[in-house]
Amino acid sequence: MIKSKINKIIDSSVVDGPGNRTAIFFQGCNFNCKYCHNPETINHCVNCLKCVDNCPSHALTVIEGKVIWDKNTCIDCDSCIRTCEFNASAKIQNLSVEDLVNHIKKNIPFIKGITTSGGECTLQKDFLIELFKETKKLGLSNFIDSNGSIRFSDYPELMEYTDAVMLDIKSIDPDEHIELTSKSNELVLENAKYLASIGKLFEIRTVVIDDYLDNRKTVYEITNILKEYQKISVIRYKIIRYRAFGVRKEWENMKAPSEEEMNNLKCIANENGFANVLLV
Amino acid sequence: MKIYKDINETKKEVLDIIKNSSLTYEQQTSGLAKLAENQLLYPDGADKKFFELVEKGIICDLDEGHAPYAPRYILPDYQKLLKEGCEFLRLKPAKTLTDAINMLLVFYHHVPSITRFPVYLGSIDKLLDPFIDDNEQAREQIKWFLIHLDRTIDDSFSHANIGPEETLAGNIIIDLEKELQDVTPNLTILYDKEKTSNEFALKCVESSLICANPAFANDKMFRQDFNGDYGIASCYNGLPISGGAFTLSRLRLNKIAENSKSTKEFFDVNLLEAIDLMIQFMESKIRFLVEETPFFESNFLVTEGFINLDRFVGLFGMVGMHECVNKLMELDNKNLSFGKDQEANELGVKILDVIKERVDSFKSKYGKIWNNRFILHSQVGAANDEDTTAGTRIAIGEEIPLYDHLKQAGMFHKYFPSGTGDHFPFDHTAIENPQAVLDIFNGGFDSGMRYISAYPEDGDLIRVTGYLVKKSDLEKFNNGEQVSYDTIQYAQEPLNNYGILNRKVRNTND
Repeated sequence: MIKSKINKIIDSSVVDGPGNRTAIFFQGCNFNCKYCHNPETINHCVNCLKCVDNCPSHALTVIEGKVIWDKNTCIDCDSCIRTCEFNASAKIQNLSVEDLVNHIKKNIPFIKGITTSGGECTLQKDFLIELFKETKKLGLSNFIDSNGSIRFSDYPELMEYTDAVMLDIKSIDPDEHIELTSKSNELVLENAKYLASIGKLFEIRTVVIDDYLDNRKTVYEITNILKEYQKISVIRYKIIRYRAFGVRKEWENMKAPSEEEMNNLKCIANENGFANVLLV
Repeated sequence: MKIYKDINETKKEVLDIIKNSSLTYEQQTSGLAKLAENQLLYPDGADKKFFELVEKGIICDLDEGHAPYAPRYILPDYQKLLKEGCEFLRLKPAKTLTDAINMLLVFYHHVPSITRFPVYLGSIDKLLDPFIDDNEQAREQIKWFLIHLDRTIDDSFSHANIGPEETLAGNIIIDLEKELQDVTPNLTILYDKEKTSNEFALKCVESSLICANPAFANDKMFRQDFNGDYGIASCYNGLPISGGAFTLSRLRLNKIAENSKSTKEFFDVNLLEAIDLMIQFMESKIRFLVEETPFFESNFLVTEGFINLDRFVGLFGMVGMHECVNKLMELDNKNLSFGKDQEANELGVKILDVIKERVDSFKSKYGKIWNNRFILHSQVGAANDEDTTAGTRIAIGEEIPLYDHLKQAGMFHKYFPSGTGDHFPFDHTAIENPQAVLDIFNGGFDSGMRYISAYPEDGDLIRVTGYLVKKSDLEKFNNGEQVSYDTIQYAQEPLNNYGILNRKVRNTND
């Protein structure tokens, strides 16, 4: 049976798409963004076992050379995450679609749907397809929060069961994108256009940083590219202030743009036909 | 509830009220009136055994007064007023918005209640909407209507209703609520997802996340219980329009448990005894009001048909379920607690089944609309309620994850047509996504909840136990300054001592 490594489930999220949703964070990401707020979701555990001894509540044990996490004993002190040198987490649940669906069922009738996030959830697209088929049967909507690194148009079955995608546009500039994330943005932009063209781009998101990223250029160009699709389905733009919270030490000295600049960015998006701009 | 021993004791209290610098003139006047009333003995029906239970804190009469001369809550038929006018007040039928607003304001002034202010202002959207012809002008007039209410009805137990259908007046009222941020009126939308547009419901959620108004009532559930129209009055009390409540007394369930040696004694003896004594007490009070005072004979509300004796009911209230269940669990040597553990919750349901059966077995001489029975009421708490949680709520500090909390509340709300409810503070992220809060409310209603409200964790306005106060007013009152709202007097104890400000804030980590 197909299983996935799940970093976290938030039963009630008001910030991951329309309405009240259960957000599921998958472990593993193919980007390595400097400002990543949860770098412990990037890699999979290599079982170096260093975290085990540092666990004050003995929630981590070793069985056959592998770290096993006991959710019930864990006190969420995150000492394992601070110990890890591999941007991974030992606090992972390996769940089947059935396990996850059973969990989600308990949240009905309070939720509108689910949002899969990460890490990068689309790296586990086969799992998503099976999960989404089941959640659709329950009358829930399926949203994907993605860095846009798989070509969505190559996976019609995934798109059939996906209601919409919230896509990170980390930078419009190819070099800046590589510098920031270690990957090209070519596919991201292709995805943005494809998703917008089929009316399934719910939101684009950009984290803005003062003096490091060309925020105005990204906001201007991406809204300019996507404005023609607004008539198919409204696309929201969430412009996110850089925050040091959770960021790795070497990158925590960056700062968010001023309030005035945030409003300038909003105006730029507004002028390109993005009426729904959220500054967070 | 106080029995005065001699005239010197009375004189001292008179002087205390007169010299209290934090009371306004009106607050002093009504305090003195209550003091005069309380020189009388209770109506018969309050015997020695009854006072024993009062002394133990098991029965509480909410200081209603010893000799009630008007019903506790009155819900006049305001539609009749606008349609037909009022002879006693020399008002003719309303033709314009100005007529309607001023007629209501005049009329409110003459509606008595336990708080000395009208506890029910009517479905103000439906009342005003037919008279609106010019939007801008209507907005200005309704703005002053609301300001007038807030400044003259100094008490947030005064409740206005809107909905379920969206109206222009409803939209104007909600827009103004956000702008004015007033304590009065306490506002509830009678909400039914099949009748209320999603857009208007979202607007109401948004408003509640700014100024704690309106709360949401499960219209479908109330309509079923009341077989049609009803109003929400005072804190969150569902009552018949053209009627109301004669009286409200309450049991402190926790005190009954504390005075029991075993669960068996609780169920077989003490609970039933307390119920019976309170029923007798309530019946005797109602009898006094109906038979010995002139209210139901001569008050213009009655003689002109704005209210009808047959549409009044007795409210049988209770508090302290949380502590009661936990105490019984302790007596049974079980380490289970209310809210968290299903067995404890089921015991709570069992207690309510017993109470309902016993209360329903008593046929009152009054309350025809409710088949001559008393209605159960999950009371929100009052002074001297330390270590006693409101109604059947989960205690503050013991809250469980949000969905479990709502489902748990859903087990209890059906017992209380005359009012119950839960309030949840939300963090700032919710305001960007009111649909999420509405989804949660809808889920709560689907799970059997009757009444639910949200308020912003960092706002000035807060729902204390059912009514609204401003935190800034509390600060003033704590410093001995006068605050025009009466309600601040009741809020002082819960806010300062009972940890209302420590309610679990609902955020994205639930």
